[in-house]
Amino acid sequence: MDSTEPVRAAVVRDCLGVGLAVGLYGAAFGAAGIAAGLGVAQTCALSLLMFTGASQFALVGVLGAGGAPLAAVASALMLGSRNTLYGLRLARPLGWRGLRRVVAAHGVIDETTAMALAAPTPATLRLAFTVTGTSLFVGWNLSTLAGALGSELLAFPAAQAALDAVVPAAFLALLWPRLRASRRDRTVALGGALIALALTPIVTPGLQVILAAAAVGLGWIGRAP
Amino acid sequence: MTWTVVLVAAVGCYLLKYAGLAAPAGLLDRPAVRRAVELVPAAMLAALVVVQALTDGRALVLDSRLVGLAAATVALLLRAPFLVVLLVAGGAAALAHTLT
Repeated sequence: MDSTEPVRAAVVRDCLGVGLAVGLYGAAFGAAGIAAGLGVAQTCALSLLMFTGASQFALVGVLGAGGAPLAAVASALMLGSRNTLYGLRLARPLGWRGLRRVVAAHGVIDETTAMALAAPTPATLRLAFTVTGTSLFVGWNLSTLAGALGSELLAFPAAQAALDAVVPAAFLALLWPRLRASRRDRTVALGGALIALALTPIVTPGLQVILAAAAVGLGWIGRAP
Repeated sequence: MTWTVVLVAAVGCYLLKYAGLAAPAGLLDRPAVRRAVELVPAAMLAALVVVQALTDGRALVLDSRLVGLAAATVALLLRAPFLVVLLVAGGAAALAHTLT
């Protein structure tokens, strides 16, 4: 226990930091939902029941732009499909079944997957997943409500600029351990970024992130790291 | 109608999450599948970084988000904790927005 307690404490601290920090961005989603014409209850229902940020933003974005309901659902599902891949990756290390798996599935998203897979030991993987998922769920939903109720507060241009910059920075911070891990990851990440940028002017917004997964093909090129 | 869209999309997104967790364990036994799944987050997170930092709809846009991302990169190189990285990014972007 002597050697594992500090490790567990560090994991809890890091995961709480991620959960609460990213959770704050729910305020931006709350404001986005209201701006798109949804009610406060509908906006909060998305954070509670969908709980996957990119899909939520895509759904209100399409609805707000006057898109068809089917297009809104489709874009949310397209962005949500990567969570299936995350689930495949997490299924064995989490090893949960039954009701626990039913509940845990709701938390299978970018941040929980990244933090779980970055956990220093197999034993702390479940801890990282649970702490990140719980703190992010609480923070995301509370800040969604705050953002929806006080959406005009985020209209301050500088505050909006700060919030807009926090999201890509969060994804970069989540990607960072992988960039350090191996050259194969770096190659695939570079490929994913280039595919996404190249497709942005062409495809429905959001789809380029899914298609960027094709960059995993680069993992078979060249020598192992 | 909006409630229908909200609920259908939410249920669909949940089922996508559950499908991954509940898929047959043997699915990941093939080395090729395992490697692909291990590499997917790198590809998609990188895509999310550039899409969130450099695009707006279908347009490529250079604005204060890029300043924030550059500041975040410096913070990460200095091994700053996650929360500090986000604060640095947000602060730099707000400053850049105010100055431009």
